[in-house]
Order: sequence, then C-alpha cells, then structure tokens
Amino acid sequence: MQLTAATILIGGEAGQGLATVGHLLTKTLVRAGYDVVVTQDYQSRIRGGHNTFAIRTTLPGEGPRVAAPSASVDILVALNQETIDLHTPALTPGGVLLMGQAMSAHDVNALAVPYKELIPKPIFENVAALGVLCGLLGLDRAHPARLVTEQFQKKGQDVIDQNLAVLAKSHDWVEQQPHGFGPLAKAPARGEHLALNGNEAVALGAMAAGCTFCSYYPMTPATSVPMMLAAHAETVGIVVEQAEDEIAAVNMVLGASYAGARAMTATSGGGFALMVEGVSLAGMTETPLVVFLSQRPGPATGLPTRTEQADLTLALYAGHGEFPRAIFAPGTIEQCFHLTVHAFNQAEKAQTAIFVLSDQFLADSVRNVEPFDLAALPPAVLPDRSDDAPESYQRYAVTESGVSPRRLPCAGQSLVVLDSDEHTPDGHITEDLAVRVTMHEKRLRKHALLRTDAIPPDYDGPPTPDLLLACWGSTLGAVQEAAALLRAEGQAVGVLHFTQVWPLNPDHFLPRFAQAGKVVMVEGNHAGQLANCIRMETGFAMTQCITRYDGLPFTARYILDRL
Amino acid sequence: MLNTDIYGEFETAWCPGCGDHAILKSLKQALAILEIEPHQYVHCSGIGQAAKTPHYLRCNCFNGLHGRSLPPAQAIKLANPDATVLVSSGDGCSYGEGGNHFLAAIRRNVDITVIVHDNQIYGLTKGQASPTTSEGSKTKSQPWGVTNQPFNPMAVAVAMRANFVARSFSGMMEHLTDMIVQAVRHPGFSLVDVLQPCVSFNKINTFSWYKERCKPIDPAHDPTNWEAAMQVASVFGQTIPVGVIYKNDRPPLGARYKTLAAGPLHERTPNLAAVERIMQTFA
Ligand SMILES: Cc1ncc(C[n+]2csc(CCOP(=O)(O)OP(=O)(O)O)c2C)c(N)n1
Ligand code: SF4
Repeated sequence: MQLTAATILIGGEAGQGLATVGHLLTKTLVRAGYDVVVTQDYQSRIRGGHNTFAIRTTLPGEGPRVAAPSASVDILVALNQETIDLHTPALTPGGVLLMGQAMSAHDVNALAVPYKELIPKPIFENVAALGVLCGLLGLDRAHPARLVTEQFQKKGQDVIDQNLAVLAKSHDWVEQQPHGFGPLAKAPARGEHLALNGNEAVALGAMAAGCTFCSYYPMTPATSVPMMLAAHAETVGIVVEQAEDEIAAVNMVLGASYAGARAMTATSGGGFALMVEGVSLAGMTETPLVVFLSQRPGPATGLPTRTEQADLTLALYAGHGEFPRAIFAPGTIEQCFHLTVHAFNQAEKAQTAIFVLSDQFLADSVRNVEPFDLAALPPAVLPDRSDDAPESYQRYAVTESGVSPRRLPCAGQSLVVLDSDEHTPDGHITEDLAVRVTMHEKRLRKHALLRTDAIPPDYDGPPTPDLLLACWGSTLGAVQEAAALLRAEGQAVGVLHFTQVWPLNPDHFLPRFAQAGKVVMVEGNHAGQLANCIRMETGFAMTQCITRYDGLPFTARYILDRL
Repeated sequence: MLNTDIYGEFETAWCPGCGDHAILKSLKQALAILEIEPHQYVHCSGIGQAAKTPHYLRCNCFNGLHGRSLPPAQAIKLANPDATVLVSSGDGCSYGEGGNHFLAAIRRNVDITVIVHDNQIYGLTKGQASPTTSEGSKTKSQPWGVTNQPFNPMAVAVAMRANFVARSFSGMMEHLTDMIVQAVRHPGFSLVDVLQPCVSFNKINTFSWYKERCKPIDPAHDPTNWEAAMQVASVFGQTIPVGVIYKNDRPPLGARYKTLAAGPLHERTPNLAAVERIMQTFA
C-alpha cells in the first residue's frame, strides 16, 4: 500500500547533525512535490541534550494543507539510544525505527544501519542517513542526488562524487532490507516551491518591504531574522547594527526611522520588556516602528528554546500612556512574509508602533510555499517627500485623521522637530494643558485608521457551525486539522483565525460567534489572552478555552482530547 | 561665518544664572563658525535641563528619552551620512542612565559630537547626586554625603580611545566654542564635557569654584599621546585642565558600512531584484 502521509522524527544530541539531515530531507521532499511541516524541539545548549527535528509530509491536494506537528511518528531516526527510549511509544504500528548498530530497539520494527560499511568516514553519516530515508520513503533518486550535488558544489567534484556514492549505496542498502515500510505515493507535478521557515519569510518580507535599517540585541527565537538581514545587507542595502542592549536597539530604530530609514527591530519577550519605554516614545513622537516579537515561554528567561503565545498582552499594553498600535499574528509562512510587508506600510501610514507577533514554533517551522510574487506587492507607503513652504512646516500639524505629514530631517529645508515631551504642533515642549488635550486626541484618532484597515479573521466552515474553533497566530494548523477530523465524523465545525489581534473590529467576528453553537478559543498561554481581549472589547465570553503552555506547539490530538 | 541669528532666539525654562545659557550661546557661535545651517544638522538630546537645548535653537530635533540620546543620534547619522549630528545631554543622562550607551558609542565610533552639560548634579529632578557629584557632597537625596566615588568621563573616554575628548567650562565661552568647533570637525565620536554651574542645586561646584580651577592644558600637551592624555584626564581637583585631552583617528563606523556608500537610506527603494535572487536560494 502506498502512503499519502508520513512523519519522520530525527532525534539526538545537539551537534550530531540532526538538523542537517532534517533540512536535506525536507528540501528533497519539497522538490519531489510533497507538502511538509517541520517542528524543531531543542534545548538551550549548543552540544548534548536531547533535540528533535520532525518532518510531517503529506501528499498535496487532498483536504486542507497540513500545517501542524503530528503526535505520532512513522519513521524514527535515532542518533542515540535516548531517542529510542523517549520516542518509541509514539511510533505507529506500521512504523520503522532507524538506528545505529550499537543501539537496542524495544520490540518494534527496527533497522540497524551499518554506517561503518556504507561510509568511508563519519563525516558522510548525514548523507548516508538521507539516502536511507529517501529509500524508505521510495523517493525518486534524482532529487537527493541533485541536492547533494548543489550542497557540495563549492567543495569540488571529488567531494560531490564521494557523497553521491554514499547516497546511492545507502539507498541500495535499504532497498534490500525487509522493512515493509511505504513507499509514499508519487506526488503530482507542481510548480517550484520554496522551503522556508517563519523567520526566513519574515526576513524576506522585511527586505521586500524595503527595510534599510535593523538594530537588535540577540535573543532566541528572533535572532535569525536580523542574522539573515545581515547576511544580505550589502546586496539589498540594509544597515544591520547589533546594539549594546534592547533599549539601545529600539531607540536606534526610532532614530533611523526619524531620519527616513524603513527600520525594524527583532526580539523576544525579555528583550521586548526592555524596549517598552521606546515603544511609548514611538507613540509620542509618532515615529514608525516595526517590532518583530517572537514569543517563547516566560516569565523572565522561561524556556528559551520552546514555544508559547503569552506575550500578546505585553505587546498590547507595552508603553506607558495611551497611543495607537497594531499587532499582526502570522499563522503561516505566507502570512509571515505578507504581514511583515504590511507592518512596514502600516507603521508609516499611522506613524506608530506596529508588531509582528510570532513564536518559536513558527520561527523554526520549515514549510513549502510558492515563491512570493514580488511584483504584486502593494506600493510602499513612504514619508512626505515635498519640501513646500518649509518655514511653516509643522511635524505635528493637527489633522482630521490624526496623521501629520512626516518630512525627514536634512532632506530639505523643512525642520523636523520631534519630542518625547508633550509638544505643540511644531514639535516643541509645552505644558499648555489645552494643547495636551488637542495633541493627545490627534494621536489617538489614528487608532480609527488602524481599525478601519483591520484584517478580518479568516473563516473556513459552514455558516452556522455547531462548533467554532477560534485561534490566532501559529496555532492555525493544529486547529484546522482538528476541525477536519471532527468534520470527517460528521460534525459541523468552523475555524476562525485571527491574523490581526489588535485593533479588533467586532463586526468581523461577533456575527460568526452568534451563529455558532459553541465557541472555543485555542491559544498557547494559560490565561486565554485573546479570549480575554475579545471579552474586554465586546463582552463576548468563549464557551471554552483550550490552552497549552508546556513549551510545545499544539497538535490536533491535543485539541481533540480537550474538547 | 554665518550670522547666529539664523538659529533663532527662544525663551528658555532655565534658571537665571544657569551655565546652560552660556553653553547655548557658544553652541550657536560654533555652528555659525562651522557654517552649518539649521536644516543641515540634527540636534539630539535625552531628558534633563541640558536636554532642552535643541528646543532653544532652530534645528532638526530629536528630543528622546532620559539616558537615550546616543542610540538615536548614532542611528540618525548612520541613516543619513549627510547630516551633522550633535547631542546635548546632562551628566546624569549620559553617564548614569545612559552609561552603557556612552561606552558602546565610544566603541562604535559613529561620527557625532556629544556635548555633556556637566553640572555634577541632577538639575531637572531637583538636586539629587549625579555620577559626577564629588564624594562627600551632601544633597537632598544623600543627606549623609555622597559615598560613591565620582565617575571620570575624561579618563574613561581616553582609556577607551574615543576619537576626540575635550573639556571646557561654561564660563569660558570662547574656549568652549573652539572645543565644539574642533569636536564637530573631528571625524568619529567626539566628546566635549562642559563644566557648568547649577545655581539652584549645586552649592559646592559654583561658578567661582570652577573659575578658580579651570586652567587651559599646557600647550605642549600632545593629544595624540595616549599615555600623556591619560595623565591629563586623571586630574580633577585643585586644578581642572580644560582643552583637547585626546585625539584618535580611527575611521568612523559609517565609513565601514558598504551600504552607506550610496548615500542616505531614505533615498533607497526596495531592491526587489535582489530579494528575488535571495528567495530563489530557498527553492
Ligand atoms: C527613565 C527616566 N527616569 C527618570 C527620569 C527623571 N529625570 C528627568 S531628568 C533626570 C536627571 C537629569 O539630570 P542630568 O542628566 O544631570 O541633567 P540636568 O537636568 O542636570 O541638566 C531624571 C532622573 C526620566 N525622565 N526618565
Ligand atoms: S536647575 Fe540648575 S541646571 Fe537646571 S536650569 Fe536651574 S540652574 Fe540650570
């Protein structure tokens, strides 16, 4: 029988190369036309510990795209004994364990790979593992061969040939084994897909939005965004500066933005906590600020390498005083890209702080996507480039929308005066309390603009479902899958996914809630932060809230077990 | 030389007799000598009495947060290499709240000029000790006398080989003007620490206290000699040497960013062709 889906979990110590094997197999599967979703679980250490790289692959086209981890495993690749001990219980009955020869299996279908015979040197183990996996899954040999050729291009033909030989030998070896697994049904032909994780999509989005300045202080799981911007800084034209701390990072972004750069910072909860005063400065000075906030479990340093969705209220309330902001929460790789582009435009349009709220699961989750159509992106919203009547230019001119024309310093004759104190329309300090009221109301009017632009949550399901599953951000995939399983049992289930969690427009979702039997919110925190926020804004109370805060992403099973 | 009138005349919120008035005058004079017109430069500040300076000048102004004048100032210069960037800040703002930024800015060496109005006290919050308050001084918040040893900004800046390190006194306006002119002309991070009486809260370091002690540095001093500069920088007591203490010619950060060779960042448009190529590496 041919398989339409499989989950491959590679487990071992950090430093054993499991991510290398994982990435190679992921790319091979994507090129062979399958859908993938990767879940990485790692500990906060560089070597040792127990890490996993799980690839869930499905034949595209049947039902909704699978976008969540699976609780069970079909191929368990053990790089050490601990992996076998920990993950054998998750192995499906038809599954197979791949292990080294010195390890022992617990009464399951196991293949001990004779690495010593297959490879001339330990360095080839990754490629051997790839060959065995491709053989098990019955993948066309051309895909891994081309990938390996590309990987070792820089090292010369000799190295390529040696690796290709290992690949073929490993593939041959596994084909001669009586493993009884697979193969995967052949995927239908499709156009080229990219294999991208959430943070790579955010970085691409920033570049496509014309980001020219990024200042940050490293913190998992946000760091890979500035690192990718740094890698391409000179090609794309970005200044990437590692600041002395997060306070400096956000203040630098505001300085650069004031001077006309399209600027962003990237951080996680603890770092963002330090940026809070700067967020308020963006509010008062009406300076565009894009914050990529990638969540991990807190409080404090929490679980540095695990996932959670518990910083929504932090992003919502960060900064003293009152000022408008918007918070976007991508749930897919495509949304990571497009919402980042949108964040830059909204930051310029409303001249305030805009957040892209992601998390570790999405940051590290590689999936296949169609290449983004860059030519179809909306035109960049840019500052006022005129320099008319510079003498009468007022940075904070009072307007009906609350947005004042933003000119740039040293780009013309107009003087741009910006102040963290309450200020007059021309930007100078004031303690005139009537001016305070006028200016405060002017700034707050921009909230309406962000609310008018609010992206409606995506809905999928019947108009009057018995059960409506609501969620936001990266929880989407697990919720969709849970809904699909319930529908297969005959239940009328709807899924409502919020990609914008602030400001909310109740007209976008209250009618849906009203038409549903039960409304259940699924989110990765203890309090039910979005559920509370919706209740605060609308008075609507969820029937139930399914929460998770053990550091792991949701799975469909986890949700079904709690319904 | 430009006419100083172009920098405007504003009513200030400073106490009569405060050293800030003289610093502002010297600053206008220096800008006029440097022929920097108001639209050609950005004046950054944090929070404090000193930090109000840019409001009393016609200029582009980024008056940010307490202790945070340096991060935006450096970023503005990086974002627009054509702009001249000056910072006015207090001793609390620069050496206390913003101490980490001060050290980082010296290391980073962006081409900006920082003028610290050093009155050895917190003015705006009414008289608490600052990092430069001398040991033993009694203040409202330290009625038993300050027990911390004072921060020596000159010695720290020289120790870290900042590009330009000078000290002046608000009672020596010509000298101060000259220090600012030299600081702005010098590429990289330039620091001018200006001793300034706070007539309302600092009853120890008064105008006459500074006047008696501030003495121009021996003209034979070679500011490129680091050891000699360390010696001069460590003197603060019966005499206080004023003048250029140290000079270094490390290239400013901006010069090392290839991206900036193409001019101000605000002139860029998204490089979609490059993004397309980068995207293809994920296929
Ligand atoms: C984060 C923060 N903490 C404290 C304050 C209050 N504050 C305002 S000015 C100031 C000290 C100013 O002293 P200094 O920098 O020496 O400047 P001066 O007023 O003497 O010129 C303080 C503590 C603030 N505005 N922000
Ligand atoms: S309180 Fe001191 S520093 Fe502030 S204006 Fe008055 S004299 Fe100047």
